[in-house]
Amino acid sequence: MLDPAEFPRRMEELRKLYPQGDPDLVGEIVRAVLTTMRGDLSANEASLMAEIEELARTVANARAEIAAIGADEITESHIPSATDELDAIVAHTATATDSILECCEAIDTVTARLTPEDAQTMQGVVTRIYEACSFQDITGQRITKIVGTLKTIEAKMAHIMEVFQPSAGAPGATPKPVERREASVDDPASLLNGPQLAAAAMDQSDIDALLASFD
Amino acid sequence: MAIDKSMNVLIVDDYKTMLRIIRNLLKQIDFNNVEEASDGAEALGKLRTGNFGLVISDWNMAPMTGLELLQEVRQDTRLKSLPFIMITAESKTENVVAAKQAGVSNYIVKPFNAETLKEKIEKVLAHA
Repeated sequence: MLDPAEFPRRMEELRKLYPQGDPDLVGEIVRAVLTTMRGDLSANEASLMAEIEELARTVANARAEIAAIGADEITESHIPSATDELDAIVAHTATATDSILECCEAIDTVTARLTPEDAQTMQGVVTRIYEACSFQDITGQRITKIVGTLKTIEAKMAHIMEVFQPSAGAPGATPKPVERREASVDDPASLLNGPQLAAAAMDQSDIDALLASFD
Repeated sequence: MAIDKSMNVLIVDDYKTMLRIIRNLLKQIDFNNVEEASDGAEALGKLRTGNFGLVISDWNMAPMTGLELLQEVRQDTRLKSLPFIMITAESKTENVVAAKQAGVSNYIVKPFNAETLKEKIEKVLAHA
């Protein structure tokens, strides 16, 4: 009789031999074997068989659930479409901002013809518009971060689908854990976080105080 | 000490819109000799061949970031004392500390206003 400890290795060999093998079929075979041989199996062996049957059922359920949520559609249509839309937002806001800046520059050129008092008022207004236009840089960076997150989700979904293909189960099919990098000056990319949300960000006075602490 | 506003200022950012905004804000405080670069590598080339009195740089750019540009500037015999202001959306403590350790002259977080830009430029140039 097969040593239970050998069972995972034998299952692996079978998966390699029959990559198109269906876990449901394995479950059925196990059930049949249990039905006909239960009397000849020890308690440990019967328990192992039950575990394998449960595993087969779990894999089959996971595949059914992935099929039900339309994972293919998410990776092939929804996410690419969302990233395209976000890229379009960046392009449109850039165009609009450039138009606003062009108008400000035109106002700047005529400001010199105004009385000193009016010129000062007008310059103050134009300065505020310039400041406000920097939103395009910040929103662009935030949207780029979102696009990056969506692409990560897309890659993870594709990997999960790959793992649950009928030929799955080969060694190395387990998803790699997300690699977390500590921020370090030796690894400049690790320091790039992009704009912080207001609640998590340092404002200019915090930064001034931090810089002053070096003096 | 009076600040020489006729000096050449190099502004570095990969967002053309941001370059345009900074250029216009500098013009309003009478810095009219402004050159632009779209990343650290282009900036470094201009700095090595030109004569600049101030660099105002973004951080997050490719292929060379603002931090890498700053490190290169500080290692260059001719440029090592050049006033260097970082203007960036990177506002974590680790970013500010890394920039300070690399030798940044001052650090402005985006979004910023014209008054902050003016104040930091005057402070940096007064100590130059």
